Amino acid sequence: MDLTLLMYIVPSLIMFGCGVYGFITRKNMIAMLISLELMLNSVDINFVVFNRYLFPAQHEGMFFTLFAIAIAAAETAVAIAIIINVYRLAKNVDINQITKMKF
Amino acid sequence: MDYSQFLMMPQEIGLLVVFLLVFLYDTFMPSKTLKGLPLFATIVFGIFTIFSFFPVQDGMAFGDMFESNKATWAMKNILNIGMFIVLLQSIKWANSDFVAIRRGEFYELMLLTLFGMYLMISGRHFLVFVIGLETASLPLATLVAFEKKYYESHEAAAKYVLTAVFSSAIMLLGLSFVYGITGTLYFSEIASSVQGDNSLLLIVALAFLISGVGYKLSLVPFHLWTADVYQGAPTMVTSYLSVISKGSAAFAFFVIMVQVFGAAYAQIWEWMLYAIIVITITVGNLFAIRQRNLKRFLAFSSISQAGYIMLGVVAANAVGMASMMYYILVYIFSNLAAFGVIAVIERKTGKVTTDDYNGLFKTNPWLAFVMMLAMFSLGGIPPFAGFFSKFFIFLGAAQTHNVAIYVLVFIALVNTIVSLYYYLLVVKAMFIRQDECAIPAFKSHWTEKAGLIICTLGIILIGLVSCIYTSLSDITTSLTSMFSMI
Repeated sequence: MDLTLLMYIVPSLIMFGCGVYGFITRKNMIAMLISLELMLNSVDINFVVFNRYLFPAQHEGMFFTLFAIAIAAAETAVAIAIIINVYRLAKNVDINQITKMKF
Repeated sequence: MDYSQFLMMPQEIGLLVVFLLVFLYDTFMPSKTLKGLPLFATIVFGIFTIFSFFPVQDGMAFGDMFESNKATWAMKNILNIGMFIVLLQSIKWANSDFVAIRRGEFYELMLLTLFGMYLMISGRHFLVFVIGLETASLPLATLVAFEKKYYESHEAAAKYVLTAVFSSAIMLLGLSFVYGITGTLYFSEIASSVQGDNSLLLIVALAFLISGVGYKLSLVPFHLWTADVYQGAPTMVTSYLSVISKGSAAFAFFVIMVQVFGAAYAQIWEWMLYAIIVITITVGNLFAIRQRNLKRFLAFSSISQAGYIMLGVVAANAVGMASMMYYILVYIFSNLAAFGVIAVIERKTGKVTTDDYNGLFKTNPWLAFVMMLAMFSLGGIPPFAGFFSKFFIFLGAAQTHNVAIYVLVFIALVNTIVSLYYYLLVVKAMFIRQDECAIPAFKSHWTEKAGLIICTLGIILIGLVSCIYTSLSDITTSLTSMFSMI
């Protein structure tokens, strides 16, 4: 069976949707971060697949993906550090408890 | 590789040199002399600010990924001025007890975020743009969390970083669709291949892109982080977020919308931006009325100011671009004056609500005077610079000769009157209300005074010295290739 473009794009978009859903519904900040990673990774799949199937002559999408992975790693590192600091001061990472400032 | 193309980016190189000097000072100087690091960083950056006014060579570098022209040069200089004032005002704060041990990191991260903003402004390939955007927003998350002892600072940083990553993921998804449609990420090549393309995918991609950059600009459907982050962050970082970060994002947004997707202007994004501007200005104004904390109040005021800045983008002509840059320049001076006063008073007394400012004129007349000028300028009262910037931005938008845009300008005008109400509330608290326990008289540090004096001069003079707007206007009218797609 030949794999077509859609067979990659549809799972990747479903993955993105799962990420958005998880980000909105999860209460634990670490789980929210995992959802964000899902979203970023599905974008990477998009880039690679578009490159491979539609524009195989250049490798622009592949290179973009490499940089996007590095950026995602940096984002995770910063977010984890901040979440650890929040945990130290508030003793929990539940997003419902992190509501000292509102309106 | 042709190394001479590094000569195309003298401002970036200069900024990196400043960064390296600060870094080396922080690393190798004996710990007794580290108290002088903030002043050292400010002076070196000030020298760099002056030198970067030398004109740069126009052209493209690094395989057309990087462009240097008069507009990017002017925009970087505008950001430099704002950055210099922020650094000047933060000297005393950086040497205070809690922050002193980490002051080196503060200056290094600030300079690196400015470098990211340079890349956003000059990048002509979406890879460079995205790297610049992330370089500008990730260190800012750590800067927001800089007050290590204060819980609010970390709550703000957590909210900031989670929403920032979420919005950048959405923007990257939009970019991947753009790549799927056009097969390239170069601005110039995308511009020629989206011509005449009004496919649904392009609309989705543009909506995602606008929401990603709109997050940085805190336009309204994407503004929910703004008030919390502005309140929790250290005041110096808040002022940096509200002017420099916003200004660079606005310029990059203009370039992307007009130069890259200019062909889709009338069909797609003019109306998206139209709706965003209307709700941004209105919601920002209405929420600002009910704020009592001055930092939150200025956060909502900055949301509505971002809406005014976007009027320059929706105009999408040379006047719009010049007036947008001019607006950012004026906004830098007015907002930094307001935040400077707030920072001084917060550092001395820890008070940040409007009621604490009752009777400030009796005890600290100069601070009250500067705050009054800043509020008048933000509100757009005539002799001050804010009036001229609003005038030019309305002029630029009205030049499109489109009835819908006239209505938009009218809505913005009505909102200006609404905004006068809450700006004058602060002035009223300082000048008319009396309070026995008003903030006592105190002397501020000379660096803070210097920063406030520069801001005051800027607020009074920029509107009256007409050559500033004229030169910006000359620069943007010479950029013919920018507006060829509209």
